[in-house]
Amino acid sequence: MTGNIMTMGAYIGAGLACIGMGGAAIGVGNVAGNFLAGALRNPSAAPGQTAMLFIGIAFAEAFGIFSFLVALLLMFAV
Amino acid sequence: MADPQGSGLVFDPMHQFTVHPLFGDQLAWYTISNTTLWMAISVLAMMALLILGTSARAIIPGRAQSIAELMYGFVHKMIEDISGHDGLKFFPYIMTLFTFIIFSNFLGLIPGALTTTSHIAVTAVLALAVFLTVTITGFVLNGVGFLGLFWVSSAPMALRPVLAVIEIISYFVRPLSHSIRLAGNMMAGHAVIKVFAGFAAVSVISPLSVVGIVAMYGFEIMVCVIQAYVFTLLTCVYLRDALHPHH
Repeated sequence: MTGNIMTMGAYIGAGLACIGMGGAAIGVGNVAGNFLAGALRNPSAAPGQTAMLFIGIAFAEAFGIFSFLVALLLMFAV
Repeated sequence: MADPQGSGLVFDPMHQFTVHPLFGDQLAWYTISNTTLWMAISVLAMMALLILGTSARAIIPGRAQSIAELMYGFVHKMIEDISGHDGLKFFPYIMTLFTFIIFSNFLGLIPGALTTTSHIAVTAVLALAVFLTVTITGFVLNGVGFLGLFWVSSAPMALRPVLAVIEIISYFVRPLSHSIRLAGNMMAGHAVIKVFAGFAAVSVISPLSVVGIVAMYGFEIMVCVIQAYVFTLLTCVYLRDALHPHH
């Protein structure tokens, strides 16, 4: 085992940053699940709302991508 | 990442994103690097599809013409649905964005190719251009009334200053999230494929690595289309704010 305590801290921080991806996963699942629940109740209105589904998924997913970015920055840039 | 002398998994999933000059080893702003090469290829590919594909003007379209017409109709309908009919003035710009992003995403899936949209430098320029277009259009069309976007008139008076601060912050974070969403998605998918490829070094799980790469590759094809769609969709949403700030 080589390396200094700063590298260790950066790696631990990168691992911790990945917890944020779980939040994004919950968010995306929530959006898609609620869309499906609504679409099954009123299937005729569903096709018009697919754009809203993707906007919702994109916004929820952006924060997971942010945490991924923080992890990458800690591993390769710091 | 892992030290090169270490045993087992030795790979660098971020190595595929390095920008290197094609000729010589000087890297300046005018250097022809692999990024500019793949951007030029994607521009040529979209020109080939849209110009050569539709030049026949057949009544019954062939394959290339069908693809070009489907893309045209798809973007046209998206702008009309989301930004409204007067958003169609921006159709050439949004169509260019969509085709450029989708071609860059797909060309990046060729093994050995560089995904230009996985660089935040590329997507930040695209997102900043959208941000400037929306802001300038908003002020030109609505004058000072564009600031009404930040003043939520449906909220109670006591809440409005607080909401104005939140709205202003969310407005200025837009180009950041807009660019990082595309770059992050492309970078994440390609890095995950590389991580699965790194598992091939361990003989016990190497069959799993092949299955993982194939599955991620299929998933990436879907992500390529969805992210190009989402980028264009959000451009339309932001454009709607500029065209109709009072909802």
